[in-house]
Amino acid sequence: MAIEVPENVVVSRLDSLASWCRKNSLWPMPFATACCGIELMATGASRHDLARFGAEVFRFSPRQCDLMIVAGRVVMKMLPVLQRIWQQMHEPKWCISMGACASTGGVFDTYSVVQGIDRFIPVDMYVPGCPPRPEQLIQAIIDLQDTIQREGTISGREFATRQRQQPKRALVELPVITLPRGVSHLPQGVRIE
Amino acid sequence: MIQPPTQTAVAAAFPALVWSEFRGGTRAVVPRDELYKTLEFLRDRHHFDLLVDITCVDYLNYRGATDRFGLVYLLAATETNERLTVRTFVNEPDLVVPSAVPLWKGADWMEREVWDMFGIQFEGHPDLRRILMPEEFTAFPLRKDYPLQGRGERHNFPVLTREEG
Ligand code: SF4
Repeated sequence: MAIEVPENVVVSRLDSLASWCRKNSLWPMPFATACCGIELMATGASRHDLARFGAEVFRFSPRQCDLMIVAGRVVMKMLPVLQRIWQQMHEPKWCISMGACASTGGVFDTYSVVQGIDRFIPVDMYVPGCPPRPEQLIQAIIDLQDTIQREGTISGREFATRQRQQPKRALVELPVITLPRGVSHLPQGVRIE
Repeated sequence: MIQPPTQTAVAAAFPALVWSEFRGGTRAVVPRDELYKTLEFLRDRHHFDLLVDITCVDYLNYRGATDRFGLVYLLAATETNERLTVRTFVNEPDLVVPSAVPLWKGADWMEREVWDMFGIQFEGHPDLRRILMPEEFTAFPLRKDYPLQGRGERHNFPVLTREEG
């Protein structure tokens, strides 16, 4: 039996409708701790104009945001702050790790710098670069929007999947290489066991 | 740069000082027991009214070094435009030096930083707490025997999953 609908009515699934609303009005929380933050500001400014993708309303209160953009190094003392801010954000929420430092610690392989925020909070999208260009960040946001449209559900069931639950990488320390006395660097191709 | 009359007067008052020159700068090494008196003398009698910096050097495995830690005080006289570097050496296990806070208020945070990074204790400091590292940190990271990548402190945090967030 066919049901007749008026011409200006579109039929959709509730999940996809909710995702469509969410993806087009992301409210970023700028967690800018270092130089990447400057590119983040450039992304929001007039030349690159993040408003074209519906994500221009940067809020500095985690209660009003649903997309955390971590731009810069996160040190030991900052990590508990980062985690608390992440917990204060309302569901549904997403996280972009922007730049080499936020994703892996970058060149700062020292005692105080956390080697990748994905060890401690869930991350949805990584942006490579040091710093990434605004276009790269915009591309990450577009990709995230695609993901939201593709997987999003109104009740947030997609976040419960196993792959979304776990931190992305194993919590293993990279081995510390100790050079022999008097050697300042390794010649190419030489390995120390 | 320090004026010759000033240097003569200080050297006469404290014969134990060892003087040296490097690239136009004057340095004096003072025994730890005379450190406070020397600093007080420099401030009160010779207008060294500005404490530019307090810092520390770890000479572990440094060639030719006999002492472990070298404490460095950079002083300036704003009236006569003189500058002087005062150094003193301390060794484990006795890493205690008198605090310079009664002489210069600005020594407060500098001494906290040296304590935080090297573990030098400043006797008489009003509030000797860590200033850069978190309170619960136990090591002194700028010591040469502390590994550059730390002892795992940077990864000693709870992991938040989606469910808990
Ligand atoms: S990735 Fe590069 S630009 Fe970004 S915070 Fe690290 S050092 Fe700075």
